[in-house]
Amino acid sequence: MTKASSIAATTKKIVKKHGGGKSAMIAVLQDIQETFNYLPKEALKAAAQAMKVPFTRVYEAATFYTAFSLKPRGKNIVKICTGTACHVRGASALQDKFERSLCIKPGEMTSDGQFSLETVNCVGACALGPVVVINTEYHGQVTMAKVDKIIDKIKQEGAQ
Amino acid sequence: MKNNSDTQPQQLNDDLKMNYGPNKKFVAICAGTGCRAYGSLKVKEALEAELKKQNMNVDVIATGCLGFCEKGPMVVIHPDKYFYQSVKVADVPEIVSKTVAKGEVISRLLYRHPETKKTMFREEDMPFYKKQLRVVFGSNGMIDPTKIDDYLVINGYQALGKVLSEMTPEGVINEVKKAGLRGRGGGGFHTAVKWEGVRKAAGEPKYVIANGDEGDPGAYMDRSLMEGNPHSIIEGMIIGGYAVGANEGYIYVRNEYPLAVTHLNIAIEAAREAGLLGKNILGTDFSFDIHINKGAGAFVCGESSALFASIEGRAGEPRAKYVHAVEKGLWDKPTVLNNVETWANVPLIINRGADWYSSIGTEGSKGTKIFSLVGKIRNTGLIEVPMGTTLYEIIYDMGGGITNGRKFKAVQTGGPSGGCIPESLLDIPVDFDKLYEVGSMMGSGGMIVMDDKSCMVDVARYFLAFLKEESCGKCVPCREGVRRMSDILEDICAGKGTEGDINLLEDMSQAIADGSLCALGGSAPNPVLSTIKYFREEYEAHIKDHRCPAGVCKALITYSIDPEKCTGCGLCIKVCPTQATSGEKKKAHTIDKDKCTRCGACIESCKFEAINVK
Amino acid sequence: MVNLTVDGKNISAPKGTMLLEAIRGAGISIPTLCAHEAVSRSGACRLCVVEIKKGSRTRIVTSCLYAAEEGLIVDTKSERVLNVRRLVMELLLARCPESEVLQKMAKEMSVEAQPRFIADSDKGKCILCRSCVRVCEEVVGVSAIGLFSRGSQKTVGTPYNEKSDVCIGCGACVYVCPTGHIEMTSTGDKRKIWGRTFRMQTCDKCGKYFAPVDQLKFISKKTGVPLNELTVCTECR
Repeated sequence: MTKASSIAATTKKIVKKHGGGKSAMIAVLQDIQETFNYLPKEALKAAAQAMKVPFTRVYEAATFYTAFSLKPRGKNIVKICTGTACHVRGASALQDKFERSLCIKPGEMTSDGQFSLETVNCVGACALGPVVVINTEYHGQVTMAKVDKIIDKIKQEGAQ
Repeated sequence: MKNNSDTQPQQLNDDLKMNYGPNKKFVAICAGTGCRAYGSLKVKEALEAELKKQNMNVDVIATGCLGFCEKGPMVVIHPDKYFYQSVKVADVPEIVSKTVAKGEVISRLLYRHPETKKTMFREEDMPFYKKQLRVVFGSNGMIDPTKIDDYLVINGYQALGKVLSEMTPEGVINEVKKAGLRGRGGGGFHTAVKWEGVRKAAGEPKYVIANGDEGDPGAYMDRSLMEGNPHSIIEGMIIGGYAVGANEGYIYVRNEYPLAVTHLNIAIEAAREAGLLGKNILGTDFSFDIHINKGAGAFVCGESSALFASIEGRAGEPRAKYVHAVEKGLWDKPTVLNNVETWANVPLIINRGADWYSSIGTEGSKGTKIFSLVGKIRNTGLIEVPMGTTLYEIIYDMGGGITNGRKFKAVQTGGPSGGCIPESLLDIPVDFDKLYEVGSMMGSGGMIVMDDKSCMVDVARYFLAFLKEESCGKCVPCREGVRRMSDILEDICAGKGTEGDINLLEDMSQAIADGSLCALGGSAPNPVLSTIKYFREEYEAHIKDHRCPAGVCKALITYSIDPEKCTGCGLCIKVCPTQATSGEKKKAHTIDKDKCTRCGACIESCKFEAINVK
Repeated sequence: MVNLTVDGKNISAPKGTMLLEAIRGAGISIPTLCAHEAVSRSGACRLCVVEIKKGSRTRIVTSCLYAAEEGLIVDTKSERVLNVRRLVMELLLARCPESEVLQKMAKEMSVEAQPRFIADSDKGKCILCRSCVRVCEEVVGVSAIGLFSRGSQKTVGTPYNEKSDVCIGCGACVYVCPTGHIEMTSTGDKRKIWGRTFRMQTCDKCGKYFAPVDQLKFISKKTGVPLNELTVCTECR
């Protein structure tokens, strides 16, 4: 099986799991991203076929919602909360620090594929601001001084 | 219609009550997302292990969010209700051997009043909790949200039982009408009127939806309700479905709340198993079931027609609302869309009665409201107060005032659709209408407190940048107008503002508010207009003097080192990304203004507060 | 029929008529950009706004989507209405500085460019009215193009900006576009649109190139009419 046909087959199963109808579009796209860590073109085409909707409509939904990425994402996804409470506690300076340390801007991936950087509008943990969520772990009261330590720890854990 | 809580519990509850009497000993630990980030699950494991080690058969319950997020992880030992804060794993052995075993209090873990230095044992003694009326939110602390039994013990699903056995749909609507419940999501629309509209509308099937999109940054009340007491929302929706004639419900939860989705799913499964969801609920001929839809990162999907589009599988673009959702909503069918908190109020109204409910609050705004109190406030957290409580009481009595001894400047309410309220207006009672009168709104309940080091122009800039990102892009006034307003604010904060910018912003505001297709664009000018109204001098300082009085806007400030305070420790040199700081050991350092990007790393690292911002 | 008042004039219209048609039917002009008779309404450009009064409540609504009601009082030139139209034109002029259509409209409405809005250079003449997308979806039925992303990043085009497999080169999108943004070029027997080159069919009678072969194949498949019966241009039929 080629990579493309394997992606298509997996996608068909995902569409079936959600009932096969086009109203499950968002849930289907979320599962595709969960599976492949981004939305591959082959998956979107297969989803369109399986849900019997024009490919254009699938692409419209995929590009409208910022939770989706059409580009491959890194192994570790760093999400910086830029909600108002975190902003007032210095999230913007923190974002700059992450950009300097990882040498990428939000929406980009490091060249070794280890990290992707994203901003997110409020994760609802405002007492701990500024908050950074890395994969599923919430880091609270993050200071610029902590950033490099956090990144190094993740690199070490990944190497094991 | 008063329903006394001492009434005989339903058959379902009887056995459980025996195990959970008022004198039962158990340890509650807050396990909402915030406290989990503090490590509360590790503390829970430690508690369970220690109790086992000391041979004590005492339950440890991971409860829903307790609200005092500043002081997590929080542990409450029942039945004495001793409230411990900022608990660490290292504290656990002592907690078990002293408090759980012998009822002895550990002083250092108690809340200590910052001024009087008095320690307080219980929630009701603490200033944060004292003036609250936690009729909706309080249940969080009594239950493990993943166990339906806990919810049943606190009279859960009693309201549903009463509705299905004793009340007609019209009767339910009348009760909600008498109670005066208004939507808690921001619109403040009279809930009963909405329900009536759907009941009367033609078209099948009908739907009820819970809006859990909670997009306002800084607001997390709905998250804590969905995580901490999902059954209260489910019960509310089943009652609502019965009242309007809907058999299907949806809960739309934003993507950024994974724990809420998990807990809601567990609750729905458990409710189905208990015959409270699905076909023929509690043996009646009323059937109802709920699906969960996740958002995917679009603030605009908190708007009703955009939310429907999202559930229907399309891009979340709103449509003109000249035909209301109550007639043509989800799939063009009659739909009730209410906020999560609104739904959670419904079982309460049925259980305790409309008379009781309407005795709380003000003339126009009945009941309580949950607010998130965040920003430069000492006691960050979630509070529930009767409508009509003043902002002063919220910020100073419950919030404990401003952090770091700084001065209050403004409180932003209503999120990106709201406005800033200055010190002079802190006496206003918080209710739907009063907040509109001063140019803001209640919104979903987020309250961002700002101090003198917050720049109000930067706040307006921040909100407009947010709205520019979140605009769906369909209509010209929002897509192009909000973008242009955002650009002008960026210019002002970068020192590129021009004379006439303030007037231009004001001129554009009315047209954008009038011309936009939905409320995102419609209320986008609010943060700008309210900050101009109360803080015009700050705008003028930015534009005319190229000065940021609060010391925030990077292009308008300079960093310098105070030679009197600097000890020459070299820390700032280490962290500076542009090598702008320099100096010899033990001699006062200096900052090269041309290299300095005002990133703030030096200020963060300096232990002597030697860096000045001007 | 419903009776309503527009700019002080009493008019009547069949129930269900949109205000836009009712008002234009009474001889009063209303500017529009995103409304096209071939497709459904979207209310995206906001130019057709009017101020309505129902009881004591006044509202600004788009006349293209608001149905005429008994007793409605409509003002098509109130200060609020003119402000919205003026701002919309200023914003569109800044977005599409090269559009002659917009410049002409602005002149007719006495609106000038707002110098504080720095003109874009990457948006072409597209005002994101969505008429092209709607005609492709609703009338042609192939949904070859869409509006992707959101907010100020929103753009019209084919997925991944790649050649569309389903486009039939019919040019309906070009026909409905109010500003002429969409490029369709014809040279000899080739038509190029949305990055794809189509071979054109010659008319059996007059020999002129009149439609892409793919379009005729599509019509043939949809209607069941054999392809060889479709190879005559509309003029020669």
